[in-house]
Amino acid sequence: MNNRASLVVAGSCAALLAVAPLFLNAYQVDVLNSIGLYALLALGLNLILGEAGLFNMGHAAFYAMGAYTAAILNTRYQIPILWTLPLSGLVAGLFALAVARPVVHLRGDYLLIVTIGVGEIVRIALINDVFGITGGANGIFGISRPKLFGVVIRQPQEFFYLIWGCVALTIFLFLRLKRSRFGRALNYLREDEVAAEGSGINTDYYKLAAFGLGAAWAGMAGTLFAAKMTIISPESFSFWESVVLFMIVILGGAGSIPGVLLAAFLVVGLPELFRELAGARMLVFGLVMMVMMVVRPQGLLPARGRF
Amino acid sequence: MEEFLQQLTNGLAVGGIYALIALGYTMVYGVLKLINFAHGDLFTYGAYLGLTLLTSLALTDRVGFALGVLVLVLMVMGLVAIMGAILERAAYRPLRESPRLSAVVSALGASIFLQNTLMLIYGARFQVYPDDILPAATLDLFGLYLPLMRVLIVLASVLMMVVLYLFIQKTRIGTAIRAAAIDQDAARLMGIDVNRVILLVFLLGPALGGAAGLMVGLYYGQINFTMGWVYGMKAFTAAILGGIGNIPGAMVGGLLLGVVEALGAAYISIAWKDAIAFCVLILILIVRPTGLLGERVADKV
Repeated sequence: MNNRASLVVAGSCAALLAVAPLFLNAYQVDVLNSIGLYALLALGLNLILGEAGLFNMGHAAFYAMGAYTAAILNTRYQIPILWTLPLSGLVAGLFALAVARPVVHLRGDYLLIVTIGVGEIVRIALINDVFGITGGANGIFGISRPKLFGVVIRQPQEFFYLIWGCVALTIFLFLRLKRSRFGRALNYLREDEVAAEGSGINTDYYKLAAFGLGAAWAGMAGTLFAAKMTIISPESFSFWESVVLFMIVILGGAGSIPGVLLAAFLVVGLPELFRELAGARMLVFGLVMMVMMVVRPQGLLPARGRF
Repeated sequence: MEEFLQQLTNGLAVGGIYALIALGYTMVYGVLKLINFAHGDLFTYGAYLGLTLLTSLALTDRVGFALGVLVLVLMVMGLVAIMGAILERAAYRPLRESPRLSAVVSALGASIFLQNTLMLIYGARFQVYPDDILPAATLDLFGLYLPLMRVLIVLASVLMMVVLYLFIQKTRIGTAIRAAAIDQDAARLMGIDVNRVILLVFLLGPALGGAAGLMVGLYYGQINFTMGWVYGMKAFTAAILGGIGNIPGAMVGGLLLGVVEALGAAYISIAWKDAIAFCVLILILIVRPTGLLGERVADKV
């Protein structure tokens, strides 16, 4: 597919999506909203896992950090929820840097295990009401509705434009980032760490930067999640959330933004279509993962190489 | 002191279980350099198969307690070993030459698949081991009253570990496994059938894991289809603690982790029990990534 054709496809998908809320009912729009949130999270993870090749399976921890930061600031200090966006991003990003700093040099699968461990520790800490501010297993409720330009956002249709607006902005920024010196350094690092270091790339710096930025994105997605749900609890940030995000990136094609978006639709959207088969859908999910790795390990829409 | 000794022996029993699971992780990692994420689920299958066989065959009624449980353990080990071999064929062999990430994803997929198969068969609720089959006896050890099951679990797990250790160290096949773990290509040049070694590792590891699952069922009395994930993660921590790829290391790591966790839960906080293992994991990877007696894990060229 050449550049022109892919632009046409992307444009028509965007246009179709933009008018979708006019034709769909509230439930269907809500599903699209979930897909949008997962797409945001997965785009952030794509930076860590896809572009830099760092196995992070604790993304839900950073998501939780952002959501709880927003919820605590909003319910305790009455700060409007959307104003907390930068701060939740910052908290999640700094937390990721602090966690990743000592372990980022570990071999791939060890990093995977450590991030799983971090995710679990965060979840257990939230359940145990750490510092007395997270509300324990019940979580935090009574988060106020977001307000944008004087309009209170409460309908799924309104959230749709907020969330997908953020997704569009993210796609734009990450496409720019991917083509920048920074993005190329990350890809170099993923393909051959030794050669990258030999060419004067400070590998630890770039790894940490990718980690921090991806986590900050998860934190901001967490704010949107808190605003959408108005109630958050530790069970929303379980290990399975991290696994689902990991799968979205891998199935879509690591490092490929269109792939990640397509996979977000498939992984989050398809199960909604087959609700009556609720019990069997995780089973199918596992099977697809195994078959996919044999048949098409590069993902559905792999990133086009430039090497 | 009484309380301390109770917790210590409890920790040793749980640690023995961790060690048995950890052996499966460490042997597979030693030969294939792969974290077998589905290993924890094979352990769960051991617990469920044990329950089904225990209730449907009524072994303990027919041949008495001791022989019944022995036959049960052997049957569970055999069945789970076969499942391990099938898993290797289906999920890992096609990916032998692929990048590491592919195998990790396939392993996770296998884990999700196995777990949900179990849920569809048995349902999502906790399953309870019948308590009338097993004698709830306590053992008087120099004034310390210990549940019989706890003592049996410690003894059985230590026995299995000793047998495995002797097998790996003293037999020809064990030597082949060690050789394949050090250098697969060199081992192949020396006439070792590496495929058979891998198959053997996927029989031995799951057999021990299945036995551990049965022990958890007998010890705690209730099992759940998701428990493999927590036990698996802790056993993996134990394997890293001892030094991954190192068989005595997994044994030491498992027992140590079990004791640390039991004492931590008793004297620090029960609510944070599950976090203790993960903190140990992160600390050990920061401070001494090679584990107590093992291989180095940070990429240095």
